[in-house]
Amino acid sequence: MIAYGIRSVLQAVLVLLAVALLAFSMFRYVGDPVANMVGQEATQGDREALRERLGLDDPILVQFGRFVADAVQGEFGISYKQGRKVADLLAERLPATLELAILSTLLAVVLGIVLGVYTAIRRDGVIANTVMVLSLVGVSLPTFVIGIGLIYLFAVELRWLPSYGRGEVVQIGWWTTGLLTESGRKSLIMPVLTLGFFQLTLIMRLVRSEMLEVMRTDFIKFARARGINERSITFRHALRNTLIPVVTIAGLQFGGVVAFAIVTESVFQWPGLGALFVQAVQFVDIPVMAAYLMFVAAVFVATNLIVDLLYFALDPRLRNEAPAGAGGR
Amino acid sequence: MRFFTGSIVAAAAAACLFVQTAEGRTLKWARSGDALTLDPHAQNEGPTHNLNHHIYEPLIIRDSKGKAVPALAESWGLTSDPLVWEFKLRKGVKFHDGAPFTADDVVFSYERARQPSSDMKQLLSSVDTVSKVDDHTVRIKTKGPNPLLPANLTDLFIMNKAWAEKNNTVKVQDFKNKEENFAVRNANGTGPFMLVSRAPDVKTVMKAFPDYWGKDQYKHGVTQLEYIVIKSDATRTAALLSGEVDFVQDLPVQDIERVKNSPNLKVAIGPENRSIFLGMNVGAKELETSDVKGKNPFADKRVRHALNMAINREAIQRVVMRGQSVPTGTIAPPGVNGWTKEMDKYPPVDLNKAKALLKEAGYEKGFSVTFHCPNDRYVNDEAICQSAVGMLGQVGVKANLVAQSKALHFPLIQKEQTDFYLLGWGVPTFDSHYIFTFLYQTRTDKTGGWNATRYSNPEIDKLTVSLESETDLEKRNATIAKIWNVLHEETIYIPIHIQTLAYGMRKDVDIVVDISNQPKIKFAVLTN
Repeated sequence: MIAYGIRSVLQAVLVLLAVALLAFSMFRYVGDPVANMVGQEATQGDREALRERLGLDDPILVQFGRFVADAVQGEFGISYKQGRKVADLLAERLPATLELAILSTLLAVVLGIVLGVYTAIRRDGVIANTVMVLSLVGVSLPTFVIGIGLIYLFAVELRWLPSYGRGEVVQIGWWTTGLLTESGRKSLIMPVLTLGFFQLTLIMRLVRSEMLEVMRTDFIKFARARGINERSITFRHALRNTLIPVVTIAGLQFGGVVAFAIVTESVFQWPGLGALFVQAVQFVDIPVMAAYLMFVAAVFVATNLIVDLLYFALDPRLRNEAPAGAGGR
Repeated sequence: MRFFTGSIVAAAAAACLFVQTAEGRTLKWARSGDALTLDPHAQNEGPTHNLNHHIYEPLIIRDSKGKAVPALAESWGLTSDPLVWEFKLRKGVKFHDGAPFTADDVVFSYERARQPSSDMKQLLSSVDTVSKVDDHTVRIKTKGPNPLLPANLTDLFIMNKAWAEKNNTVKVQDFKNKEENFAVRNANGTGPFMLVSRAPDVKTVMKAFPDYWGKDQYKHGVTQLEYIVIKSDATRTAALLSGEVDFVQDLPVQDIERVKNSPNLKVAIGPENRSIFLGMNVGAKELETSDVKGKNPFADKRVRHALNMAINREAIQRVVMRGQSVPTGTIAPPGVNGWTKEMDKYPPVDLNKAKALLKEAGYEKGFSVTFHCPNDRYVNDEAICQSAVGMLGQVGVKANLVAQSKALHFPLIQKEQTDFYLLGWGVPTFDSHYIFTFLYQTRTDKTGGWNATRYSNPEIDKLTVSLESETDLEKRNATIAKIWNVLHEETIYIPIHIQTLAYGMRKDVDIVVDISNQPKIKFAVLTN
């Protein structure tokens, strides 16, 4: 267990370094930040002086080394676009993205499991079939189409929900939340639905197929034979055995939700990290781009680690060092 | 300084929908991009100046037509010495923190704007000294006679000297320094609105300054101003349609009809001080990206005239711009000193004549060239280029389009690494000299900074330089006309159109389209 932990941390560091190096080798294809940083009256001399001050003419490896040396000390530099500390910018944007990601994942997991179980048990029901058809929409429609569709319906036509932003937020320490105000909660509904819809349908379909498979196994038949009531069989025996793949998917998807909230955040003008990143790319704001990519890599590494640890909790066979040949369905 | 910064909570305290109180109203103004900084001298960029114009003020301000009108200076003029300008400052003006506005603040602000890390320094490059005569008189001495000095001052904002010193923001942000400068997010100006809170790229909240000197003159009726960034076109339009914002500064072309048809909304359309045109490498011996070797087709005037005839400007206006542009025959936008109706005429599309000209020049079979285009800078920039490729193809010129981000496109122009490109140009001084010196003059460190055509004409250079010190306006205008005559005959650029701006707003809001796309809310009118 301890050896496993150390190995995971070392792997994480390697992944982070690799991401940073890849990022730095790509930045020069994004464009020249100086083009955005000075006005049209600036002379060639002004531009070169600024390039020099920013160290943009140094070889990629030198820039990379400087970035890593600073990053180790927690120093991510100054945003070219906003002239503010990158660490402050990320910290300011983080609550918005995390709030969105956590709520979307919660929605996806809870509703996904419930609907998955329901559609598995009532395989031929009208409601179950309707849900299945709708879930196809979730799997196949791109996020931005869903987002714009929701805006059109609920903001423009019905005027129930705001079309952009976070609404009123409350500050608790450095954290900001929209959950404590009415406009904040209203503002969350559409982005959470948009971001969580794909995950929801994915988890639902996964739970359904796993359930169908488990319901066919011998131990369920024996349970029925023993006269255990149907509710108990479904939730205590069958559902439990479907959860391992669900945890894997939900965990990995959470990393994806944080990282790829970009589209949802752009559609709803959600002031999170994804929107910050899009603006940084357009401006060639290298310090922000580098720090954001490191952050996303860190989120993926961390969620993978947590998912691995959850296996231990969910599957007793892993704890007991199962003998070779045993285990596995 | 808590008073000025506030918190995000306070910012969001205003309700989600339109607020109307007895004294006045909240105006919610949405735009696709934010100001980069509140530091008035750190960035010479349109949206940045636009926001800062509400908090800070220059000595002279431009109205929506581009006309210079008094702001912090009541009057100005040349003294008997042609090198010295005198500005009479407005009396009784207060900064937002209550400090009185005096000549010291002007001297301080201009010195700050001239620092090496300032992005405004080029506008003051002709200035030798700025000095105080008395508390309400300032003199600016230039290195040589400069008839255009006042035109350069319209975006040069005045800060309070004592405030800057107290908050350690005497110097403009330097990106080498890893600290944030105080003025980036805090402000103390003399403008009609004072900063309440700012969340960059999200929202900036301002409220009317009760001691504003012009409050009787500019009865705009706005008590709170919220500047909201909504990047996505569809979402911005949706916010206007749903009544969550009152004014959208950049209404997407495809949504104009939709907004017009909405019962509570209207659209204001007007020309922008910005032309869109194609530049050709006329100076090289051989084009690097062409299949013609040993000679440069663009160096031949007949080829340039032929291409000028092949571009169907009206089709671009109709199809690409959906009517939202004004086709033009010159790269000078109307309203710029030196512009005439005559030079705005463009040749009719004549493919046969164009082909004949190309044949005469020895390019009967046409030629190929790489065509660089931005895709995130001007209205429908990439689509304009795509249609130009088709039109040029009809006369046998094969333009290989490379459309990319402005961050990749502009360096090609600055480093002269393109043979054929699209560029847009605005003229903040409203004088032809600005066009000549950046787009036509021979490239040196100080001149021709955006001239990637490699065009170099000593006669034009000499005349352009002479404009800088010619104080006799009649003589000066004659020289401008003479320069334009030569340049239009040469056809160094192929003008396409003048961009138009579309502002969408509630019917009870009246904001006139600003030719520089810097609408100032103090000129707006709210009606009930």
